[in-house]
Amino acid sequence: MSSDREKIFSAIRAALDPLPERTAKPDWDPSLVICNPSGEFDSLTAQFADKLTFASSRFFDQVDALIAFLVKEGSTYGYCDPALAALFEGSEAIAFDTEFDHAKINDYAFGITKGSAGIAESGTIMLKDTQTSARLGALAPWIHIAVLKEADIVPNIPAAIERFGDDPSIIFATGPSKTADVEGILIEGVHGPGIQIALVLP
Amino acid sequence: MKTQQQIDRTARDLDSEVHDSNFMGAKLKSERRYATLQRDYDDPDKLRETAGLVKQHTLEHLDTYLEQAEASFKRNGAQVHFAVDDDAVNAKVLSIMNEAGAHSMVKSKSMLTEETHMLKFLEKNGKEVIETDLGEFILQIDDDHPSHIVTPIVHKNRRGIAKSFEREGLGDYNDDPETITRRARKHLRQKYIDADVGLTGGNFVSAESGRIVLVTNEGNARFCMAANKIHIAVIGIEKLVPTDRDLGLFLNLIGRSGTGQQLTVYNQFIKGPKHPGQPHGPEQMHVIFVDNRRTEVLASDCREILRCIRCGACLNVCPIYRQSGGHAYRSVYPGPVGAVLSPLLAGNRFPELADLPKASSLCGACNEVCPVNIPIPDLLLRLRDKAKREGAKEAMKGTPSLVMWATLCSQPTMWKTALSMGHTMNYIPTELVPHPSAKSWQGARKLPKFQGGEFRKWFKNRK
Ligand code: SF4
Repeated sequence: MSSDREKIFSAIRAALDPLPERTAKPDWDPSLVICNPSGEFDSLTAQFADKLTFASSRFFDQVDALIAFLVKEGSTYGYCDPALAALFEGSEAIAFDTEFDHAKINDYAFGITKGSAGIAESGTIMLKDTQTSARLGALAPWIHIAVLKEADIVPNIPAAIERFGDDPSIIFATGPSKTADVEGILIEGVHGPGIQIALVLP
Repeated sequence: MKTQQQIDRTARDLDSEVHDSNFMGAKLKSERRYATLQRDYDDPDKLRETAGLVKQHTLEHLDTYLEQAEASFKRNGAQVHFAVDDDAVNAKVLSIMNEAGAHSMVKSKSMLTEETHMLKFLEKNGKEVIETDLGEFILQIDDDHPSHIVTPIVHKNRRGIAKSFEREGLGDYNDDPETITRRARKHLRQKYIDADVGLTGGNFVSAESGRIVLVTNEGNARFCMAANKIHIAVIGIEKLVPTDRDLGLFLNLIGRSGTGQQLTVYNQFIKGPKHPGQPHGPEQMHVIFVDNRRTEVLASDCREILRCIRCGACLNVCPIYRQSGGHAYRSVYPGPVGAVLSPLLAGNRFPELADLPKASSLCGACNEVCPVNIPIPDLLLRLRDKAKREGAKEAMKGTPSLVMWATLCSQPTMWKTALSMGHTMNYIPTELVPHPSAKSWQGARKLPKFQGGEFRKWFKNRK
């Protein structure tokens, strides 16, 4: 008795053998998918900030302003990647764990993790598993803050794909988690963050 | 009425609220799709055509790419399985769970598991399975089926959902969509944490790198791969694309085509178990490649339908779907894509669904919006032909005779009279219309008052 694998492969070959010719792979240039600019920008960061906001995420380039925002939201306790803790340690206004405690999954109001790239064209934050200190830290809290270096902002999706490397799990996040399942009404914050933030530092 | 087909009857009997939400939902998504693509590209058709060719190329070299994908996943540390049909894939998932001593599963949206009735199967075998996509979760508690491949509960309204939540003990009656969503968030949060296994589908698979791409808005697929230790991905063999680079095309098309989003909120690229330094996420990854009659479709003259990336654009734009809703198609895949795919995937039950290819006016809108440029109207014609040749009863049923129409078309004077006088039909009570097919037609439509004539005048007097 042949295995499912063999059965599938022989069925594929039997289906394709009679074809008189086969479609060649089109040779397409990445410029094909680059979209019309939404305005004129001085820098990739400026374009990123614009598109990020358009996608309902929020842009910060000052740690103080970000902390003030968290305080205003009443989100003063969360999780932070140990490697980023130094950025926030000076603040009395917020407190955080640097090790993700499962028992506190619903207590963390924010999660701060590293972002691996930003895509200017779409306002997308790219997260890599190798650079994210805790998957749940970037997912479970209501507010997720991805900390990005300005030099990691790339112009478009093809450029971001080039940076994939060998990472086992890469995420593009464009805006907060959302649904329009109930009567087409948009609700943000379904399972993942209801507020998505990028903190871009030089 | 004899001259109506099943789908006509469903459309006629559809609750008007359900009709309106189907219709408005579809229309809105179509408009957004158009606006985003026109805003972002000078020539969106070039993208669609290229994407179509990439998929067609992959399908016509599927043995090579499938072998490559298998090798890539193994290299990445994932376990690869193959399943010929629904029973095989269900059994495989069960055995992976049993071997791991796993009892509970959280799953994200997968149309393929709808094909195999996996949920019922696992439950029968003592497993707890929770759908985590909000829409699918609501369908699960209502024991209902999706009516759209992207927005599965477009046929439901908030009041019905609020009643279901109340019945399931998820809080007092409250039909505010935000409250409904928050309650689901809280309820499902605990399910993610408790589950042993996360199951997902896969929107695309890059053969070169062995990366599965998952496209979601809610973030539930992320959660299905964060708190638990085993990830199972169930993937139809038609989901392959050659390289990561090719994904650039599809990611730019799928969100824009389906919902008018530039990008869907989350695009995940998963190529194996979690990184060793990562505290959360699956230590085991299983990829199950499923045939379930896809190779039969590949062997048929409708193989182009396998390019489909399940964006839903053809449903949204289709004048038939907009009137009938998704359940009228009596199968997992509704709308134009379903009218082609469902009868083909039905195997020897083809005759039962052979009327679906006739549920189209052949207006061509589905082809025009399809991100992989599938010539759906051509495929519908091929299937009508197949049904006729095979004498499928369901295909003949309710087909009105075209004799009257033919007479009208072949007599210029009669045609002219019909054009200018046709609207008077509106004043004849339906019961008095002489011919059954005309009766059926008129029962559901009003003819407009004749307004033309200019062209004929011009044509007659032209020098
Ligand atoms: S057939 Fe084309 S338009 Fe329809 S769902 Fe599939 S990809 Fe989208």
